[in-house]
Amino acid sequence: MKKVVEGSKGVAEAVKLCRPQVIAAYPITPQTHITENLAQFVADGELKAEYVHAESEHSAASIVLGASAAGVRAYTATSSQGLILMAEVLFNIAGMRLPIVLTCVNRALSAPINIWNDQQDSFAVRDAGFIQLYAETNQEAADTHIQAFKIAEHENVQIPVMIAMDGYILSHSYEPLEIPSQEEVDGFLPPRKAPFKLDPQTPLSFGVMGPPTHYMETRYHLHQDLKNAKEVVKEVDKEFGKAFGRSYGIVENYFVDDAEVVFVSLGSVVGTIKEVVDTLREEGKKVGCLKIRLYRPFPLDEVRKMLEGKKKVLVVEKDISLGATGGLYSDLVTSLYGSLKAPSVYGFIVGLGGRDITTQTILKIIEESEKPPEPDKFIDLNEEVVKLSPLAERGS
Amino acid sequence: MPIPWGIIAKPGTTRKNKTGSWRTYRPVVDLEKCTSCGTCELFCPEGIIVIEKPEKYKTDYDFCKGCGICAEVCPYKALEMEMEVK
Amino acid sequence: MPRNLLAPGHTACAGCGQALAARLVVNAAGPDIIVTNATGCLEVFTSLSPMSSWEVPWIHSLFENSAAIASGVEVALKALGKSGKVRVLAFGGDGGTADIGLQALSGMIERGHDVLYVCYDNEAYMNTGVQRSGLTPMFARTTTSPSGKVWWGNFRPKKDMPAIAAANGALYVATASVAYPRDLMKKIKKALTFEGPKYIQIHVPCPLGWAHEPSLTPRIAKLAVETGLYPIFEMENGKITRVRKVKNPKPVTEYLKLQKRFRHLFKPGGEKEIEILQEIANENLRRYEISDSFAQVKEEKEEKMKKFTLEELEKFDGRDGRPAYIAYKGKVYDVTESPLWEQGEHEGIHFAGTDLTEGMDDAPHLEDVLEGFPIVGELEGEDE
Repeated sequence: MKKVVEGSKGVAEAVKLCRPQVIAAYPITPQTHITENLAQFVADGELKAEYVHAESEHSAASIVLGASAAGVRAYTATSSQGLILMAEVLFNIAGMRLPIVLTCVNRALSAPINIWNDQQDSFAVRDAGFIQLYAETNQEAADTHIQAFKIAEHENVQIPVMIAMDGYILSHSYEPLEIPSQEEVDGFLPPRKAPFKLDPQTPLSFGVMGPPTHYMETRYHLHQDLKNAKEVVKEVDKEFGKAFGRSYGIVENYFVDDAEVVFVSLGSVVGTIKEVVDTLREEGKKVGCLKIRLYRPFPLDEVRKMLEGKKKVLVVEKDISLGATGGLYSDLVTSLYGSLKAPSVYGFIVGLGGRDITTQTILKIIEESEKPPEPDKFIDLNEEVVKLSPLAERGS
Repeated sequence: MPIPWGIIAKPGTTRKNKTGSWRTYRPVVDLEKCTSCGTCELFCPEGIIVIEKPEKYKTDYDFCKGCGICAEVCPYKALEMEMEVK
Repeated sequence: MPRNLLAPGHTACAGCGQALAARLVVNAAGPDIIVTNATGCLEVFTSLSPMSSWEVPWIHSLFENSAAIASGVEVALKALGKSGKVRVLAFGGDGGTADIGLQALSGMIERGHDVLYVCYDNEAYMNTGVQRSGLTPMFARTTTSPSGKVWWGNFRPKKDMPAIAAANGALYVATASVAYPRDLMKKIKKALTFEGPKYIQIHVPCPLGWAHEPSLTPRIAKLAVETGLYPIFEMENGKITRVRKVKNPKPVTEYLKLQKRFRHLFKPGGEKEIEILQEIANENLRRYEISDSFAQVKEEKEEKMKKFTLEELEKFDGRDGRPAYIAYKGKVYDVTESPLWEQGEHEGIHFAGTDLTEGMDDAPHLEDVLEGFPIVGELEGEDE
């Protein structure tokens, strides 16, 4: 059924349809509308879940960890500082192979404090062992949540899933969304069957100490299973397509095949890039866009195959590993290293702290790509403010 | 999916670890003095003393670390700590 | 069902109070429980992969979140319709409870989860090598609060965790000790009759960290109670309901001398610190009504403040070899030795044996001139 809803509500409706049994969250802008909508569903008896008002994000993640270990389907959502505060627990959840689903409504990181969108938060925890999927549109965000529970709980996965969706741009915008029915989702996503859980009938000890003789193998197992989860993500997406008529793949090929210059990006900015690609194509320019949807595990093979032989690759991302490059840039370069047909790769940093990204921004990137490549080119900087660096008084 | 190795362990499996090799002294009981009161059983940190009335003191020397608490708390002084002789 | 729900073969030190307590707790709680455990000694010595001592379902996550994990397990059991049939216990050490774990515990209690939180109080961060925690007692030596030329060991009193748990709204709060194992087990069973958040704090001596003979664990635990340093009591809905009374409290020295972590107090100069500890113990005896008698550490009895009436004060006029006393703001000072009070006369204006409170206003000096003069009593009838 198509409804005009706020992006956050679309996600809340999707999560409701997945019948989570425990929801625990702590408020942080711009995640709040998701958890507020879920609270209303529970308050009205529409969703039979235990709703826990965690006293911090660290505890919110711990509560869903405990609930998941006890065998139920558990969900949480957060942003920015909240995600970083629960970082310790994220590693713990993945390490213990618990299939929770977490929404990261992307927001910039302090300091300075900033509530607007960029992707520094989800990028900062990409090492935690979560599967990471980035949504371009509100429809995709809602649909990906339904897929997420199925992926996480798959018997060959048992790894938590994080869905990243841009704060405000997606979470707070209203669009007509197709919300499936409960029967449709029940048909696609059965109740969780935990293969191991805390139960006096079958006592087990979770979270034992892994000494030097054991720890490495455990990490190896997780790493391999995470890499292999790529196939499950593809499979579940195909099944979703059959059941609901929409599918997204793990990457999207938007006019890449005969392109000479390819944008690579993730999240909502891809929408803006696609518009510019359309315009440039009309002008006869051979450009394309490779959208990354599955970021962890990183689809090294798919990316390499699609970009080999291209002239230029323009990475556009809303994050920066301070002191180095953007995260997507470094993963991308890794996938192309050693190829005899590797393109020049440009790294562009855009939109930090909610800096607006328009088609002009993307066209500027095309201009910049005429110059020699740089790995960490910040676009749309205000030169007057740039001059006011804290070290400006010391002179050059 | 099997139980994830290295993260989850089966119950009671420390019984494989025979901590009896730790001790320097071992408790020895004077059965005449023992009244099966169960005080030692209550206080043993390893939980290896078994007193099933009317049976008397019995411990599992595979695990006894020789801490000496049982001898200390016995109200009848029925236990003595003697040097372990290998 | 195995005899003990905590199997032997764990790597606790010989004589470990915490190992003893944990076994008593899970045995008392029974097999239909799920235990969450903070990082610490208990977690480490019972769960070295691939072995575990626990015969009940058990989970260790992180250091500060035992209470939050327990909250999650508890709501999961609710969702599965198993509330009341399967109970949840959350374990933490003193550090993992009172310091880094305080937030999660507070949230768990405030939200009313049906969880029994058990704090194993061995009074320091033992697992990481005996560092000072918020529950380390005054003057205890730890690696981060050592005794030295300037420090006498830890310089802060124990955080009152039971009071904090009660103030948060825990329905049942109790302290217990491995000195009284049957009492401990009874309290665990009693706690589980309450539906809601509960807190039990168990005093567990640590032979390694406290540096005492392993066999003395129960005896030392008992002395902590008998001196008043570790009050044993129960609270329901914020009010104290039962207290373990002590007929003749022992002086704190009997407890302190058995542990090397207090050995520095027995060096010259440590008497004042021991007195402070005795005062802490006595305050506990008073506050919790544990005893009507108080142990003394000093040989001589404390002098009570002598009360002087104005008439009695007059006798001490400094003449004919009599001492010279003056009263000021309710206190009586002995100024006999002062050259400014020859024969009880001061500048020809003031005389000893009188109350000079009002005279200070006109004096060319301030009241600090009285510093250093011994106070021999109080003036009767003074409110201040």
